[in-house]
Amino acid sequence: MSKTNDDGTIPITVEFSGGLEMLFSNERKLSLAIPAKDETGNGSNIAYLVRHLCDKVMKDPRKELFVLDGTVRPGILVLINEADWELEGEDKYEIQEGDNILFVSTLHGG
Amino acid sequence: MPPNPCASCKTNRALILRPKDHSKLCKGCFIDVFEAEIHHTITANKLFYRGEKIAIGASGGKDSTVLASVLKTLNERYDYGVELILLSIDEGIKGYRDDSLETVKRNAQQYNMPLTILGYDELYGWTMDQVVEQVGKKGNCTYCGVFRRQALDRGAARLGVKHVVTGHNADDVAETVLMNLLRADLPRLSRTTSIVTSTPSASLDPNSHTNIKRSKPLKYAYEKEIVLYAHHKNLDYFSTECIYSPEAFRGSARALIKNLERIRPSAILDVVRSGEDMAKLVPGSDEGCGGACGNAVPAGEEEEGGCGSANGRTAGGDMANMEQHLAQNEAAAENGLEVEITSRHINDTHDSSVPLPAGKKGKKNKGPSSTQRKTTKQVMGQCKRCGYLSSQDICKACVLLEGLNKNRPKNKIEVGYEDGQETEKELNSVTNGLNKLHVEGG
Repeated sequence: MSKTNDDGTIPITVEFSGGLEMLFSNERKLSLAIPAKDETGNGSNIAYLVRHLCDKVMKDPRKELFVLDGTVRPGILVLINEADWELEGEDKYEIQEGDNILFVSTLHGG
Repeated sequence: MPPNPCASCKTNRALILRPKDHSKLCKGCFIDVFEAEIHHTITANKLFYRGEKIAIGASGGKDSTVLASVLKTLNERYDYGVELILLSIDEGIKGYRDDSLETVKRNAQQYNMPLTILGYDELYGWTMDQVVEQVGKKGNCTYCGVFRRQALDRGAARLGVKHVVTGHNADDVAETVLMNLLRADLPRLSRTTSIVTSTPSASLDPNSHTNIKRSKPLKYAYEKEIVLYAHHKNLDYFSTECIYSPEAFRGSARALIKNLERIRPSAILDVVRSGEDMAKLVPGSDEGCGGACGNAVPAGEEEEGGCGSANGRTAGGDMANMEQHLAQNEAAAENGLEVEITSRHINDTHDSSVPLPAGKKGKKNKGPSSTQRKTTKQVMGQCKRCGYLSSQDICKACVLLEGLNKNRPKNKIEVGYEDGQETEKELNSVTNGLNKLHVEGG
């Protein structure tokens, strides 16, 4: 079980690179406290984090450059503590305290 | 043992799931196998020879940065004995290329490689910003693509380098295969799937920019793995999008590829391999056997690239379109639009061996009305203005420049468009940029 703060949130680090930072006010690294439980009372997972980022963090209106059909847009890699999210259960991975979640776009050129 | 052990060393935690075979690898094993595969591509295709001087088309983006890093590593590890230099093209797009060129400059120091930056303004008398100001955003990628391809060749020739490597990856090639399928352009599909292309010699001068070989050592490397390699090796690269119009058609092909990858990761390499197999079946193309015969190196002139999102990975995507365009209608070239490729084309593929009676075939000579791709390719000559390899009397870049220069006086009264001296030169000679080219080309 992840350790939660008194206010029911867990601290994590979220990073953006490969051009994605442009969608997040050019912030490459965010320290966030996200709710430990999602809307249905289950532990917050990556799918929840992505919704949270879209709704609460991202100011850029071009949400479709980050999320497509309810999941992270194909071509964007997600690394959970450096590991490919496909090794960790993809968007069902339950977020733990202190996790580092990195979103890297492969879609941008140079 | 960690919960997800590396399939190779069985010791460390797996961090990478390889798209091509679903193997789970740790960071160290992944870096090793990625490099080993590029080494295999280089040796199996005999891309380099000892003593060769090789220019890396460097944009500062992920592909060319990884290419530079890997080639440096392999050259030292396996003693290729090649000399590596960086060649960057500055299209003259403010707020786009400026920052990425700074990255290339850092790369030059990090990899201890000499760097040459060549600008469109220097080569053609026009920056892309000025081109866009004149022609608008629509179609400007055509100019950029045509200019860039020549620019890399010219830069290489100036440096006495006869081989340019670019960072085209498997995803790029798969995209191009799909695009050519969707345009019913098998001859070009055949050329663009080739790992080595060369600009056929149109000049006796061995140092001419018409004798430049191109290759894509990352052709079988997934974009995903390139990004992961850059990430895990902490490489310094720059990500941005060209501020001008994205290529809608390529963008759709790219989205399709990425969607397929999510469902079946091996699809990307499968498309590349299918492209290679189809290339072998293309009848009547120069390379007949699709490059399988070994000594047949497809002409690079019409190599497919993308739009200007990375000069290392794009070569002149709209170039073949231009080729046809110019052949059909020089005026249309100025608009640089996508070309509808029709049944005329299919006839072309049989053209060199089977004379078809159909009127659609067009004439055999290489006049401006000729639509014969194959025919034009077989009569490669030099552009009468700049000396660049061309199937026409005047090469594509020169035709585009002529259109630009003719229209430039219209803009001369706009304050700050150009400095006075330059405008005057342009007014005096619409071929200003071309004269420059000629001097440089000579």
